[in-house]
Amino acid sequence: MSLWPTRLSPADLLRLGGTGLRARPLRAVLSSLGIAIGIAAMTAVVGISASSQADLDRALAALGTNMLTVTPGQTMFGENSDLPDTAVPMIRRIGPVLSATATGSVDDVNVYRTDRIPEGQTGGLAVLAAELDLLRTVGAALSGGTWLNAATARYPAVVLGSDAARRLGNPPTVYLDGRVWTVIGVLDPVPLAPELNSAALVGWSAAATYLGFDGHPTTVYARAIESQVEAVRHVLGPTANPQQPDEVKVSRPSDALAAQRTANATFTALLLGLGAVALLVGGIGVANTMVISVLERRAEIGLRRSLGATKGQVRTQFVTESLLLSLLGGAAGVLLGYLVTGAYATTQNWPTVVPLWALAGGVGATVVIGAIAGLYPAVRAARLAPTEALASS
Amino acid sequence: MSQVIELSGVTKSYPGGVTAVRSVDLSVEYGELVAIVGPSGSGKSTMLHLIGTLDRPSEGSVKIDGHDVATLSDRQLSALRARRIGFVFQQFHLAPGRDAVANVADGLLYAGVPKKEREWRAEAALVRVGLGDRLTHRPHQLSGGERQRVAIARAVAGDPAVLLADEPTGNLDSVSGAGVVELLRELNASGTTVLVITHDHEIADGLPRQVPMRDGEVV
Repeated sequence: MSLWPTRLSPADLLRLGGTGLRARPLRAVLSSLGIAIGIAAMTAVVGISASSQADLDRALAALGTNMLTVTPGQTMFGENSDLPDTAVPMIRRIGPVLSATATGSVDDVNVYRTDRIPEGQTGGLAVLAAELDLLRTVGAALSGGTWLNAATARYPAVVLGSDAARRLGNPPTVYLDGRVWTVIGVLDPVPLAPELNSAALVGWSAAATYLGFDGHPTTVYARAIESQVEAVRHVLGPTANPQQPDEVKVSRPSDALAAQRTANATFTALLLGLGAVALLVGGIGVANTMVISVLERRAEIGLRRSLGATKGQVRTQFVTESLLLSLLGGAAGVLLGYLVTGAYATTQNWPTVVPLWALAGGVGATVVIGAIAGLYPAVRAARLAPTEALASS
Repeated sequence: MSQVIELSGVTKSYPGGVTAVRSVDLSVEYGELVAIVGPSGSGKSTMLHLIGTLDRPSEGSVKIDGHDVATLSDRQLSALRARRIGFVFQQFHLAPGRDAVANVADGLLYAGVPKKEREWRAEAALVRVGLGDRLTHRPHQLSGGERQRVAIARAVAGDPAVLLADEPTGNLDSVSGAGVVELLRELNASGTTVLVITHDHEIADGLPRQVPMRDGEVV
């Protein structure tokens, strides 16, 4: 008859690996808890970061990434330059530009709630003259009231940005340069043009009539065909100010939003590192449990050797047990991490996104940890001489 | 070939100069019921390890079921134990928390028997040792004698060439012990070769053949 040992079937191996865990369930749960916490932390960090990114993508998709802003730069002598009055009509003539509009900063005028407010308490609010098609181009919406129209743009009427309205206390009227102005509307926050949030917007001609506005646009907002944005970006400077094209600053606000989220990535990396430390400690916990398990079960090892288990089969049994132990923790951790991400994303009104690679990576990491943690104890178990193991009970 | 166990000139010495077994010759034929008897320290446990292929001799040759132990690798010895040798220990060595069938079925695990077959053969073996009504009992629900019967069922479930029983009655009261010896006799009567290792002359004297040992030698 042949004297070659038979291979254990995978199902038998799983059962064998599970016997030790079933014999001491509390210990199994506690030692896999460390792994679970590590994996949960890492999954949640990746998940929350991905959910935030998904939210940003969703917001950008809604806002559009095809808006460019043009602002005056500085002259070669370091003074602030102006955009020519012709900048907006010139930009409108660029082929791929869908729309262009402007605001003009009204210098030396501040907005107050009443005439009783000391002059110094400007609240950091700007007064801007706005063209009538501003809202459509920057993608802004009104939270209440109406926008300026051809009539109200000529009279003392003002639309407040969201922050400006809050700081002024949602007044029905405001005080601007010796005159009471009627608040006819309040804007929602404008993500792509945050400078509008802290501004009081008045009509172009009203600003000229009542506030001494010089009529120079200070920020031009332009929307271009998505595929042509970069090309438009390059010609915006020379178009806005043909005499001094290098005294013009062009930016793409959606880039700034994206960059802001990128800054958060550093923080994410730090948290991931903390998760990795937890995972490492969890792995050491599993290794410790396995070492103790092998010490306690010398008699069982001896018995199995006498029943015909090879060294390899004893080794595999303990590695399997360690793998099961860490997989238990890994599965619990992934689930927990997903739930934490879901809970946090829900409170932030984000979509819940946990990338598949994070889930697979979490489980994969536990497999590696389980194998490493179990290897040394398993090798020790396999090396035990059967006679010695049997004598130890 | 009618010898299941054939020891010739077997010596086992340990590092440090202790010689546990000294030039022993022993041959046991298929179907025999033999007692190796001797006081503690006589080398009978070492004999069990050598015959059970759990250890290799320092000198001499050990042949079990026609296989020369010296020519076999550790893996082959494991396979030999899995298929041709059954062990019964003084401490029973049953897994706590697992029922009688599961404990007995483990004895067939390493012989490559599929799970379903392991289970019905385990049940058959338990019926054979008189525990047909204790199949789902766990070790702590069984008496000492019943536990040893489970261990014997585990050893014979694979139909081994030889059953090695190391002080099988050592942890039992005299009534249970007598029952276990009676069971070994019955198994032998139905064809199993049984080798009992004991210090108890009363038990040994009741068996057909005795191999007395003292100070590592057969006397």
